[in-house]
Amino acid sequence: MDAATAHAEAHTGHELSFWRKYIFSTDHKIIGLQYAFTSMFMAVLGGLLAMFVRLQLAWPGRAWPILGSLLPGGMPGGEMTPAFYLASVTMHGTIMIFFVLTTLLTGGFGNFLIPLQIGARDMAFPFLNAISYWLYPPAVIVLLASFFVAGGAAGGGWTAYPPLSALPQAAPGSGMGQTLWLISLAILIVAFLLGSLNYITTVLQLRARGMSMLRLPLTIWGLFVTAVLSLLAFPVLLAAAIMLLFDRMGGTSFFVPAGLIVGTVPVDHAGGNPLLWQHLFWFLGHPEVYVLILPPMGMVSDILANNARKPIFGYRFMVASIVAIAFLSFLVWGHHMYTSGMHPLLGTAFMTTTLIIAVPSAIKTFNWLATLWRAKIRFTSAMLFTLGFLSLFVTGGLTGIMLGQPPVDIYLQDTFFVVAHFHFVMGLAAIFAAFAGTYFWFPKMFGRMMSERLGKWHFWLSFPAAYLTFFPMHYAGMMGMMRRIYSPALYAHLQGLQPINIVVSIGAFILFAAQFIFLVNFFRSAFRGPKAETNPWGATTLEWQAPSPPPHGNWGAHLPTVHRWAYEYSPPGAAEDFIPQSHPAGVPVPAGDGQGPAPGGDGVQGDEHARGGRG
Amino acid sequence: MASEESTTRERTHRFGGSAAALAGLLALVIVGAIVATLVARTRWWLPPLASVHGREVDRLLFVTFGIISAAFILVHGVLALFVWLYRDRGQARASYWHEHRGLELTYTIVPAIVMAGLTFSAAGLWSRIHSAPPPTALIVEVRAEQFGWRARYPGADGQFGKIDPRQFNMQANPIALDRADPAGRDDITSAEIHLVVNRPVEVRLRSKDVLHSFFVPAFRVKQDAVPGITVSFWFTPTATGTYEVACAELCGVGHYAMRGKVVVETQEQFDAWLAAPKS
Repeated sequence: MDAATAHAEAHTGHELSFWRKYIFSTDHKIIGLQYAFTSMFMAVLGGLLAMFVRLQLAWPGRAWPILGSLLPGGMPGGEMTPAFYLASVTMHGTIMIFFVLTTLLTGGFGNFLIPLQIGARDMAFPFLNAISYWLYPPAVIVLLASFFVAGGAAGGGWTAYPPLSALPQAAPGSGMGQTLWLISLAILIVAFLLGSLNYITTVLQLRARGMSMLRLPLTIWGLFVTAVLSLLAFPVLLAAAIMLLFDRMGGTSFFVPAGLIVGTVPVDHAGGNPLLWQHLFWFLGHPEVYVLILPPMGMVSDILANNARKPIFGYRFMVASIVAIAFLSFLVWGHHMYTSGMHPLLGTAFMTTTLIIAVPSAIKTFNWLATLWRAKIRFTSAMLFTLGFLSLFVTGGLTGIMLGQPPVDIYLQDTFFVVAHFHFVMGLAAIFAAFAGTYFWFPKMFGRMMSERLGKWHFWLSFPAAYLTFFPMHYAGMMGMMRRIYSPALYAHLQGLQPINIVVSIGAFILFAAQFIFLVNFFRSAFRGPKAETNPWGATTLEWQAPSPPPHGNWGAHLPTVHRWAYEYSPPGAAEDFIPQSHPAGVPVPAGDGQGPAPGGDGVQGDEHARGGRG
Repeated sequence: MASEESTTRERTHRFGGSAAALAGLLALVIVGAIVATLVARTRWWLPPLASVHGREVDRLLFVTFGIISAAFILVHGVLALFVWLYRDRGQARASYWHEHRGLELTYTIVPAIVMAGLTFSAAGLWSRIHSAPPPTALIVEVRAEQFGWRARYPGADGQFGKIDPRQFNMQANPIALDRADPAGRDDITSAEIHLVVNRPVEVRLRSKDVLHSFFVPAFRVKQDAVPGITVSFWFTPTATGTYEVACAELCGVGHYAMRGKVVVETQEQFDAWLAAPKS
């Protein structure tokens, strides 16, 4: 018995109790699902907060008595207070960026897919992995608790710029709510750091025999490079958050200069600089948007190739552009600060690096298009969301070229043009990729198929609603509508704007409602969906050689061996239109191989999946 | 449910409808964007321009807008076309084609050239915007606070008096002038900001409490007011009239209402206003 076999038996040899198996599990698949479920809960909450924002912006000052009775604090008499509005904006951004997209994409998909796609039994540090997840619920609890403290939740925006966020007397939301916001974020960052360390080690150390770096699926490249980004960028935000906590509670002045007067009361701080926070924040903040988009870029590449039945076009350029984007993402943070008062020369430097990022982004886009050329496209729900991702990513990415130029940004900065830009490029694109990934990997996660019919309804409603919601925001921005304003009604230059805001809000309500189709589909399919085959999509990557769902330890007695790259779709001469990565080189592929059991089979046929090991 | 979840193989032959619908939707995205932009131009567009540098800002904005619109139409058009042409309709296998160095270099180099062009033109304009103000420029200090704006002019001596936050008094000394500094004796403060048409103005922007941003859409001007730092910038208003300053950086619960009044007038009107008593 070799070490691997012994390890496998240790994993599968005995029954674990319910608590050890599903709650305090060290199995990467369970941890991934825990991250995903918690993220889904937070996504509903984050979406709900956006609905409050849209309700107010479409009909500012209008009273909604029913909501008033539900939320007497935030909407007394049914009319929203500015403090509640700002808390909704702030918490929507915070939740969606950190507690939904980061946790879902790296925590959820990363955990589930990395060991499976590289042919490992688990993460390198399973216990550390469990700790990483179990830091997430406490961070959620602290964050949600902030809604119930005096002054309400933080209201300084997800960027929490001091001095507003440093001085409790500056706004209701700068009180206890802001302290809890910082503590919550600090806890979550530790979770991200443990996860990143684990992902990097796992990808570098635990790849199956034959899985060279340039045979890795692009999903893994996206997740691996993201982990490197997280590990380098998040500590900076952690340090900044702790410094801001010190400013708030310890009497330090990292971010607060001398001589300030809030209202009529002088502030007892001296020597700090508010711009320091912006530099530290965006040194994380910009890599963070790539933390949200690199895993989607990888995932959609794999789903696209699978459903196009074609190898991904330009694999090496794809890998190189992921690495280039990641490297450049550390050199562009200043493009958030063109109007901040930093030296104009820095603006020129940051513009240069920012516009260079357009090049690897263009390479990826055109490579995806080239992948579709002469393809044989299957329009599964996963593929529809993937193609939706392409459209949304391009629409959002292109406006970045406008915002990247400081003279243009002078006008557009902090307007709804920016809101439209980042919602397209990192909000919508990332969430569409997450949906694509869910429809695609659900059979592997739960051993059951999702309903394609509901999946398509979900897409046919979400995609147009996404454009209806976010495209008109560009025009609000062109008109000069500022972000984070409780009401645009006071301004002369925004008169006549309201039809846009009403259209946007109607789009947002449709978009939000459409997501319940997904939730129904998800939970119903998890329990009642038809059983999934081992490889229902005819996919090449290793996870589709493991049973659906894979057992603890993933691979039975023998680890798979990898013989080829991840994109052997429609190779001339092969019996099927794909060859799995674990299929031995030079051996003809028998018809039906890798397709898994025939329909009606229960999908748990252990033998087949050890095939790679025999090679 | 069961009949719908048939095998992969059966599913693959039912995609004509999805392909047509998606290609149609993508075409609608293109047409919708064009129509929406044409409609928006008539009523939801940039406010009329009223500054010298703004002309170049607008030109760069619209040149870039043109370039990205072309790319937007190109990508969506190709995507819609491929979605329709290469749907699974039971044809033989997809093409095993995944490398083409020339093609890949083309779409590396072409965007790189476009980006280089934009970088050079934007860098030139940016340095002109941030060049030293002309010596004839009117100088005004603008101080932001929760939730309003206050202007200060240096008076006949051309010197601003020192600020001493300890001497702040809401009624008697809202700008916290240091009463001991003689340079401050003739300083003129006002709740309104008055500027002279066609005369460059250098704004020295400060904040009393938190971050704010001085945004006058018609001037194509936006600059953050940073507590502890005085940020200078200049521009030249080109049309008389009354404008609004909006705060563009979240500054607290009254952020949405932090408006200020800017009046652009002739030199004579300005001189008369400056000499008159004001709030």
